[in-house]
This record gives sequence, structure tokens and C-alpha cells, in this order.
Amino acid sequence: MTKVTLEVNGKKVSKEVPDHTLLSVFLRDNLNLTGTHVGCDTSQCGACVVHVDGKSIKSCSTLAADVEGSKVTTIEGLAKDGKLHPMQEAFKKTHGLQCGYCTPGMVMSAVDLLQTKKNPSDQEIREWLEGNICRCTGYQNIVAAVKEAATKM
Amino acid sequence: MKSFNYHAPKDVKDATKLASSSSAFLAGGMTTIPSMKLGLASYKDVIDIKKIKKLSGIKVSGKTVTIGATTKHVEVATSKDVKKAIPALAKLAGNIGDAQVRNRGTIGGSISNNDPSACYPSACMALNAVIHTNKRKIDAEKFFTGMFETALKSGELVEAVEFQIPEKADYQKHPNPASRYAIIGVFVAKHKKDVNVAVTGAKSCVYIDKDLSKKLSSNFSVSSIEGTDVKSSGMNSDMHASAEYRANLVSLYAKKAVEAC
Repeated sequence: MTKVTLEVNGKKVSKEVPDHTLLSVFLRDNLNLTGTHVGCDTSQCGACVVHVDGKSIKSCSTLAADVEGSKVTTIEGLAKDGKLHPMQEAFKKTHGLQCGYCTPGMVMSAVDLLQTKKNPSDQEIREWLEGNICRCTGYQNIVAAVKEAATKM
Repeated sequence: MKSFNYHAPKDVKDATKLASSSSAFLAGGMTTIPSMKLGLASYKDVIDIKKIKKLSGIKVSGKTVTIGATTKHVEVATSKDVKKAIPALAKLAGNIGDAQVRNRGTIGGSISNNDPSACYPSACMALNAVIHTNKRKIDAEKFFTGMFETALKSGELVEAVEFQIPEKADYQKHPNPASRYAIIGVFVAKHKKDVNVAVTGAKSCVYIDKDLSKKLSSNFSVSSIEGTDVKSSGMNSDMHASAEYRANLVSLYAKKAVEAC
């Protein structure tokens, strides 16, 4: 067992968990933050993307103990004071989702893109989202959502 | 995933003391963790080396670029120093996996795992890299010994990779559209005296194509390798590409790389 202390969505949390606990498991099972999804569980689909110290990573391939002391932001941490984050708003506006399973990961990944590149081209958005798989939308409206958000962020 | 004991030592000495026949060093974990989850590997002790400060960072001297083992792909891809000294290496790092993998994956992890279709081993071979471990220095050509196999001994840890700065270089990859691993990756480096053409993804282990290297060493131009018959024997054949197709890609991507130099 190991004690993992993190700042998750601005709140300090501390839990005693088995050493092999994945960050995705820690978030979902220990903190009940089930917005972070687990899709493929083999690091390819990107549904589990969260931010660790501001950078997007796949939480299903990261040990909770490994990010000890870090600041973690999940999809639940984006909206502020009941107001959706501009990226969430843009996904809603442009219909960037259908079943919604991939959406938390898509949104977290896209937010990280706009942190590093303010006005990405369609090509840059598509390349950045290579690690996020969506089986519903055909990606067109997801790209549109990221472009829309880029005008607001 | 089977349970294990997680350790995060602060220096190399402590890390190697913890090492045993049933331990693994953990860097970015982009291969180690999925392998453990799939039950392909299990360890009693997982030794996280990311807290060891001296293992991370990029240093450029007159003739070489040295990259610490736990330096992430994103750091190599965006490093001004690497972009200036060996732009092809920054480009290679920027096309590994996806953004989230590049935010975690490390050069030391990549070469220690020696996946037959990983990108970095080709750069090591073409750029006459020297692999620094806690025990010795190993030339790249002696480091990569076979499929997922290296010259590393039990408890030996890669500390840094020292690349020779070439006159010109380029890396061209035909990626698997899902995993972004190289179905074929060709790294061409023109040094002062000779040219190295390193190929990944084609066989069970990265290698130097001697024929292409020799031709380009005597005349560094696309025309000098035009029509070269790259043999498909010993090449991988799978659902993504037959051996014959891979052989054709090797010659095609070598030309592309020379053109881009």
C-alpha cells in the first residue's frame, strides 16, 4: 500500500491505495470522479485523458503513485461556478459528440492543444487528436468544436 | 494487473540496489504499464527512475547532443537546442505515438525496450550514438541485439544517449495509422566521412542497410540509390504489410529522406 496525495480539481486529496493502482482507477474508484472514462484500457483510445501539472496524459497508463504531489485536472474540474468551459460549450454548440463516451478525453486533450497552440489549423487539430478515438462522429464536428473554442479561449 | 511494490529512489545507486531478476525500471511507462496490464509482464518491484534528477535533460556540445534517459519525447521535439543541432531528431520525437504518449514516454524507455518498430533505435544507429549506462558506454550497433533485446545486463540502467551531430539527416516514417509505430522508418544521416541508413520496423531489430549506406557514402543523391533492390528476406510480414511491401518502402523512404536532407 502507498499513500497518494494529489491536488485534484483544486482540492487536496489523500488516499491509501495498493501500489499498482492506476491513476484512472484512483480517480474513478477512490474519488468517484467517473467523468474520466476507460475505453480500450490499452492506451490507444484516449477516453481516460486528464491533465497532470497542466499536460494531457493517459490516466489508464499512469500509476497514481507515480504522480504523487501533482495537480490533476479531470473533466469535472473544467466548469467554473456552474458555467461550462469554452471547450465544453463549443462541443455542445457544434454537436461535437454523439454517444459521449470519448468526449471527456477529447475535451481534455483539446484544451491542452489550445494551451500550446492558440489557433491550430484543421490539420494540426487532427494530428493532435490522433490519440483520441471517436466511433460516432467521424471527427468533423469535433474539429469544428476545437476551432470554435479557439476563438473563445 | 498483478500487484507489485512501487519504489521511487532519488539516485541511481539506490535504484540499482533495488534491482533484481524480478524488477523493472519504470520511466514513462508507455510500454511497461500496458504490458503489465495485459499480463505480458509482471514484476515484484517496479523502480520508478523519474525522480532521479540527473537522468533528465538535454546537453549540446560541439560535436554531440546528449539526452538524459528520462527526457520525454515532447521535450526533445520542442527543444531549441535539438532543433538547431539535429532537426531530424526533434522531428522523429515529435512524431512518436500521440501527444499524450509524447508527454510521458522517454528516450531511455524506448531504447531499453527496443521494440522492433520503435523510432528512436534508428536515430541511435544512424547517428553513431553511444549509450551511457551506470556501468559503461555502449555503441548503438552493439546495444540493439535483437527483438526487444539489448546488451543491458540485469540491473544495468541507461543514463543518457549521446548522439553524434551529422552534417545532414532526415527521418521518414510510414506509420501504422492506429499506433503510429513505424511500419517502416528510415533514418538517413550524412556524416563527414560516411552515410548511415538505419531502418526500423522492417525486421526483428533495427539495422543499418549497408548497401544503401555505401551507395550514399560515395554519392549522396537520390539517383545513387535509384533502383536499389532491397531484399525482402528476413523482413516482417503481417496484417499491415507484407515483407515485399516493406522492402519496397525501405527504398522509397530512403529516397524521401535523402530528398529532405
